[in-house]
Amino acid sequence: MKRFLVPLGLFLVLVGFLAVGLRLDPREVPSPLIDQPAPAFRAATLARPEAMLQRDDLLGRVWLLNVWASWCGACRDEHPVLLDFARRADVPVYGLNYKDQRADGLAWLQQFGNPYADSLFDPQGRIGIDYGVYGVPETFVIDRAGVVRYKHIGPLTPAVLRDTIEPLLRQLHG
Amino acid sequence: MAEGCHVASRRRPLRALLLALACASGLPGASAQAAPAASAALPTEAPTAAADPALEARMMALAAELRCLVCQNQTIADSHAGLALDLRQQIREQLAQGQDEAQIRDYMTRRYGDFVLYKPPFKASTALLWLGPGLLLLGALGGLAVVLRRRQAMDPAAFDPDTPDDDAPDSPDAPAR
Repeated sequence: MKRFLVPLGLFLVLVGFLAVGLRLDPREVPSPLIDQPAPAFRAATLARPEAMLQRDDLLGRVWLLNVWASWCGACRDEHPVLLDFARRADVPVYGLNYKDQRADGLAWLQQFGNPYADSLFDPQGRIGIDYGVYGVPETFVIDRAGVVRYKHIGPLTPAVLRDTIEPLLRQLHG
Repeated sequence: MAEGCHVASRRRPLRALLLALACASGLPGASAQAAPAASAALPTEAPTAAADPALEARMMALAAELRCLVCQNQTIADSHAGLALDLRQQIREQLAQGQDEAQIRDYMTRRYGDFVLYKPPFKASTALLWLGPGLLLLGALGGLAVVLRRRQAMDPAAFDPDTPDDDAPDSPDAPAR
């Protein structure tokens, strides 16, 4: 009897590991930017090529940075959630229009609505690289001191906003 | 997977299929229409035979040890994802500016974490990863030693007699009887 217990035990351990492994999402790579200062940027906005926006303009308030593009299908799924959030939240959402064409990005906002206080225009994806963006849409929560506090990869859902982002925002507003 | 796996795959496969069908059926203008649409989204890579083949070789060697986060089982050197093209260009530019490999690796890990390295550094959180195979080997050797020692201590009578088995040929070469 005892000789069967050992393999059975090993098997159960293996099952345990596999069960945990199934729940992990390999796409959710933890960002090294968490609790680090948000990378500096200075870029034209999507709507006005002559208007520059830089990170330090946003110091002193909590804000969200949402990476989006007109070619991104998941952004379209996320969009109603973001519009709803922008309507009722007291923090500004800034967009990072990532590797897009200006006309396409503007048309997209026209068509689906614009939840953004403003959108940075990043046609080469340089700002995206500095923020470690690899799967659009992505969303960062940045605090008053300009420190990245949270990163969400993939479309925002009402559950993510309710359970993670909104509690964090309340905490950041103290 | 091609460009922008989880980002673009929702629309691209269908488009690719339709395009393939259109091209196969010889629709005039199908390929001409497709070209601008594809090149608008896809960043084009600088000609690789560029000025400096030595730089290009260094870039590819470094890119081959970095993981593409869009298509995670490919290196930045292998992948055709838009992000991989951009990162190759970053490496190219930084090498041209005189940065060395260690500085560029550092640049990548500051943005994407250790996950971007196919050879992660040895530290507390990766100790099990590096030492695990050795620990397993030690465990197996220990187990083997215990079993052998236990058998050594056993009464010889507990074993089957070690007689040659004359009844059956034990190899195909054994003479048939």
